[in-house]
Amino acid sequence: MPTKIEKDAISGRETTGHEWDGLQELDTPAPKWWLYTFIACIIFAVVYMALFPAIPYGRDYTRGLLNMSSRVAVDDDVKALEAQRAVFMDKIKTTPIEQVKDDPQLLAVATAAGRIAFANNCQPCHGAGGAGRTGYPSLADDTWLWGGTLADIQQTITHGIRSGDDKARGSAMPGFGINSLLNAAQIDAVADYVWGAFYGHAVAGQDLSKGQAVFAENCAVCHGANGEGGRTVGAPPLKSAIHLYGDARETIVAQVTNPRLGVMPAWEKKTNTTGLDEATIKSVAIYVHALGGGE
Amino acid sequence: MKSWRPGKVAMADAVRAGVPPVISYNEEVIKKFTIAAMFWAIVAFSLGVYIATELCWPDFNLGPAFLNFGRLRPVHTSVAVFAFGGNALFASSFFVVQRTCRARLAGPDALHDFIFWGYQFFIVMAGLSYGLGFSRGQEYSEPEWNITLWLVLVWVLYAGVFIGTLMKRAEPHIYVANWFFIAFILTVAVLVLVNNAAVPISPFAAKSYVIYSGVQNAMVQWWYGHNAVGFFLTAGFLGIMYYFIPKQANRPVYSYRLSVLHYWSLIFLYIWAGPHHLHYTSLPDWTQTLGMAFSIMLWMPSWGGMINGLMTLSGAWDKLRTDPALRFSVTAVGFYGMSTFEGPVMAIRQVNSLSHYTDWTVGHVHSGALGWMAFISFGAIYYMVPALWKRSGLYSTRLVAWHYWIATLGIVFYITALWVAGIMQGLMWRAYDKFGFLQYSFAESVSAVHPYYVIRMIGGLLFLTGGLIMCYNLIQTVRSPSTERREAGLPAGFAVAGE
Repeated sequence: MPTKIEKDAISGRETTGHEWDGLQELDTPAPKWWLYTFIACIIFAVVYMALFPAIPYGRDYTRGLLNMSSRVAVDDDVKALEAQRAVFMDKIKTTPIEQVKDDPQLLAVATAAGRIAFANNCQPCHGAGGAGRTGYPSLADDTWLWGGTLADIQQTITHGIRSGDDKARGSAMPGFGINSLLNAAQIDAVADYVWGAFYGHAVAGQDLSKGQAVFAENCAVCHGANGEGGRTVGAPPLKSAIHLYGDARETIVAQVTNPRLGVMPAWEKKTNTTGLDEATIKSVAIYVHALGGGE
Repeated sequence: MKSWRPGKVAMADAVRAGVPPVISYNEEVIKKFTIAAMFWAIVAFSLGVYIATELCWPDFNLGPAFLNFGRLRPVHTSVAVFAFGGNALFASSFFVVQRTCRARLAGPDALHDFIFWGYQFFIVMAGLSYGLGFSRGQEYSEPEWNITLWLVLVWVLYAGVFIGTLMKRAEPHIYVANWFFIAFILTVAVLVLVNNAAVPISPFAAKSYVIYSGVQNAMVQWWYGHNAVGFFLTAGFLGIMYYFIPKQANRPVYSYRLSVLHYWSLIFLYIWAGPHHLHYTSLPDWTQTLGMAFSIMLWMPSWGGMINGLMTLSGAWDKLRTDPALRFSVTAVGFYGMSTFEGPVMAIRQVNSLSHYTDWTVGHVHSGALGWMAFISFGAIYYMVPALWKRSGLYSTRLVAWHYWIATLGIVFYITALWVAGIMQGLMWRAYDKFGFLQYSFAESVSAVHPYYVIRMIGGLLFLTGGLIMCYNLIQTVRSPSTERREAGLPAGFAVAGE
């Protein structure tokens, strides 16, 4: 394998004298700007390592001339933010919620705080703007399961619904089908009645009297004689345009047979890293109250 | 005197002609790897387009678990990197090592075929396991222990064949492309072994637990992840570049000295840069600092490869007009330069505080994956296919040009959309109002990037279209009636060996 150094006609450079499958290499020096930039980057890196924590030794490490610690830095940032928020949030915390609503400045802060807390915590279930979706009540209409005053909403957010919290709102619709309280024919009849009389799908000439009797005996105590709902037990109004689990007759049969019992978490701050503080919960309540259905 | 002869040539012929004996290379296995690379390329691009569509319109999940974004995403990344990129590396490294060593692949042909089928088996098993929900949950390292063991077997055989070929070379020196292939093969072996150290819950169960815990596991994972980029996607593909660009340009490599300098500095510095994936996490500050400092130092060693690639064209730039395959290779080097500048910038702590967890990162990866890895592979495959199948040339250089422009437009759509989306996400996430509350919810940042996700999906669709054009062109090339030896119409650089 002859090794011969040639001169490249185009660049004027010599080759290294090696050749592989026709490939040769020129003996061009590395570009100066490349070398200098490389050295500059190394100097930058060395300086950076001198300024910041960088070299481990034993069980410790060099702290760097700037004595930076990202743990301390984030702590400082959080404290600064909390101090900024505290200017108004401390007032919101100590002011009764009705008065917060009537103070324009506190209302503005509460609305800003409530909007973002709602969007990051409540929106995944209740939808943007509290529009609601199947199984998750709309918060923007006039229908409330557990009450729509500021105090009611604050209570619901703080302790949740069937959340396991001591003060949680809770009730349990009986499993009329699975517990054999009603037989299939009775469930069919009451579903016909609810669907026809309350949901507005009555068929002319249909006899709903049997279902009406079942309803009066079993359902009216919570849902009201005319399906107007009962807030003390969170029983949804049945005579309404919006239904929690949908508008189909099958959903009525399913719910009467084996009810779904929705759960909402208690948002009260119980540890440092979970839940919302009192002022934020008040803010969310004020925000939700203003979505359209507040009482 | 032209002595390059693909296939078997009688020794006597060569002796009579007064040139060194010509070696018969194992080209059949290279053909298989090339076909596999193109097959998996289309799979990877299609999956990418599909999951990009899911991100735009989640209803495209359609229901079944295996179509879920969470399951398909690792299939897409693994097929792109390890199946498409991996097969392209197998093909080109076997192509290059035989020619630059003037030696047939070490070991029996059956062994080479075993490596081929073994690697395809690994890919299929890994893909199926992700689809069925088996995953280690570590990015780019998802296969469970049993599949990884199989990969290790295949990889050790691959290393043996490659190093064995180098050892029986007929050339006195080892060509620079092979240095990079060696770095790629050896380091990937070490990376996989260390990051996959795990204890199976039973010899008969797929589930295993990694032996590192907490932040140490995170650190080992990103040491692996970053160096998978460094040694699989950078060193390996630099090996491709160092052979095919000088070949296509028919010019000597610009600077041997630069190749030595940037090779060793790249190899040494890359291995330390992993912690920049874990800025602002529970990883200790000193480790983050080292990751950033080494990333900054890595900039010029990476660019050494770009300079050598681009400057090799000096005196041959006119070839870009006539050889669209070379255009792919050269544009690849351009994207390589851009990504290896963007990388160190994103590794700077303060920049990372904006870019981390945003789609900017996804865009950065794709400017490397589409612009560098895929384009340099396209350039090499367009060169190899006529050579391997002994055709006088490609079926259509016009189609190569179409592929080039459509794919380039696709990349531009993709990365610009995700730059905008990523920077917007970063700015929205850190915006506070005058009272100190977040200005935007996460959901608002999701709906804000929707149009850019659509543009990204269109970019991916263009890239896929280009890939399909390439497949058609290659199939037509292989099917073309011409069996004329390429030798006749070869550029000078292609034909000379050992002169």
